[in-house]
Amino acid sequence: MSERPLLNSTGHSTGVTEWEGTVQELQGLVSPRALTGETMLLNMGPQHPSTHGVLRLLLELDGETVVSCIPDVGYLHTGIEKSMESKTYEQAITMTDRMDYLNPMGNNLVYCLAIEKIAELDVPERAQIVRVLLAELTRINSHLVWLGTHCLDMGAMSVFLYAMREREMILDIFEMVSGQRMMSTYFRPGGLWRDVPAEFIPAVKAFMDYFPAKIEEYETLLVNNPLWIDRTQGIGVITPEDALAYGCTGPTLRGSGVNWDIRKAMPYMGYETYQFDVPLGEHGDVYDRFYIRMKELYQSVRIINQALARLEKAPAAFRSNNRKYVPPPRSELGRSMEAVIHHFKLWTEGFSLPEGEVYVSIESPRGELSCFLSSDGGNRPHRVHFRTPSYVHTMGAIPKMAKDGMLADLVGIIGSVDIVLGDCDR
Amino acid sequence: MQQPLDPVDLAKLTLKDAVLDVVEFRGETTIIVDPQRIVEVCQFFRDTEGLEYIFLSDITAVDYFPKEPRFALCYHLYSMLYTRRLRLKAYISGDDPRLPSVTSVWASADWEEREAYDMMGIIFEGHPSLRRVLMPEDWDGHPQRKDYPLGYEQVQFSFNYDDIERLKPRATE
Repeated sequence: MSERPLLNSTGHSTGVTEWEGTVQELQGLVSPRALTGETMLLNMGPQHPSTHGVLRLLLELDGETVVSCIPDVGYLHTGIEKSMESKTYEQAITMTDRMDYLNPMGNNLVYCLAIEKIAELDVPERAQIVRVLLAELTRINSHLVWLGTHCLDMGAMSVFLYAMREREMILDIFEMVSGQRMMSTYFRPGGLWRDVPAEFIPAVKAFMDYFPAKIEEYETLLVNNPLWIDRTQGIGVITPEDALAYGCTGPTLRGSGVNWDIRKAMPYMGYETYQFDVPLGEHGDVYDRFYIRMKELYQSVRIINQALARLEKAPAAFRSNNRKYVPPPRSELGRSMEAVIHHFKLWTEGFSLPEGEVYVSIESPRGELSCFLSSDGGNRPHRVHFRTPSYVHTMGAIPKMAKDGMLADLVGIIGSVDIVLGDCDR
Repeated sequence: MQQPLDPVDLAKLTLKDAVLDVVEFRGETTIIVDPQRIVEVCQFFRDTEGLEYIFLSDITAVDYFPKEPRFALCYHLYSMLYTRRLRLKAYISGDDPRLPSVTSVWASADWEEREAYDMMGIIFEGHPSLRRVLMPEDWDGHPQRKDYPLGYEQVQFSFNYDDIERLKPRATE
């Protein structure tokens, strides 16, 4: 490695040193045995179907045993955090959808919560209920994709088709409320984009009547299936201590038996008023992580049913009345000069937030999703940073679980951690 | 279980001049600390009974260009026992942005520091393998810095057709 400093486009020295030669690059990453040829280096990905996106793993193998596993991410890096700094707060919401494309509503939610916290903006009851309801539907949606692809990786193809069938119904509900199947941008600072349409409640009710029987169907296919158990039990074990040290959150942490769910520990959007349990695993293996996600599906159904009952009685206001941050209703524009001014200001320069910085977290389907938002008093975010569970899990948990395991089990481990590479690389 | 202790009072009492300032904003406590003593400070918050911030959620690097000190690192800690959060903030200069690595305190600091290095160019002394993580290895500069331009392609219209045509990269002999 030479010490030649590189200059960036503005002429500042970056302090970067250049890599030279592949052997030196590998030193310190893999064991000395690999450099002498005693163990084999194998490249997995970035185009491998079971890496759930574009993840590259550099594997050091002793026979079929994984000696070390070095993740290489960044293939889906799109500079979302950088781009958000050049957009107004309202425009930047659309970028959050595209990070974790299986959890668009959750990404909107964490970003809106950060803005609302800095602005001290109120969110009406109806918006809170709809947000919880849709966040839980998104969790079901994400878990269904995880279940389908995890099973597909392990050779159980039919589950994938069943899971996609049910997911389609959820996407139809998303399209009904926001006009978009995936990139919904439905949550806005201070509430929602529009109120939910009249056919929303019957559609969700119909899905809730239909769905629990389907979870049982998936369970009969997998939970006691000897082939499934052989391939998942005792594989990819991570102890609670290691899971905490490596920053695991969500089902990956709870699979090891640590009771930590942000919905319970630090409730947001009124989660403390809903009745639900947090399923916990025991062994920290692939099977436990699979099993608690299945149980989480039932808990999400429970929360949605409670939210539906509340939504029927909730007052009609779905957006805050604070006109400095929230646009006035269309009907006011013809009557009120003030409304026209607010409308014009919000859709041209956007709103400005007070100076300060906040950190908010939510429980995404994959774990703790946090947003650090720093405002310098202007109408654009000064710095946005997302702490995404997939990034932490890919860099820490997967190499830890894969170490000393078999190569064939690695596919199951990646599936059980449920990573989304868009979320990882941002 | 020991009663939770106030992190600010205890830190001021024990760490003395390593605590530079305390900021409260929207119910979040930020303790501004001396960057050169960050490892000692982090160990204190992790190990002291009554605090036990055993979980490192995130490390965020912020660029305050053109202000000086230019960079700030925010360490977001979480105490599972007492379910509360704390932010440690260390300001470092823009001329030579470096500070000690906290990978010895929390293993999960490894990739958070690599991201801060990749995006902001902050050097963490004692990090086991400080390489780029999201950007390609041969990338010039650190894209999240405020003086790094946000690149985009200019649209070719009839009024600027020739200017853009001239700048287009072409294969040469």
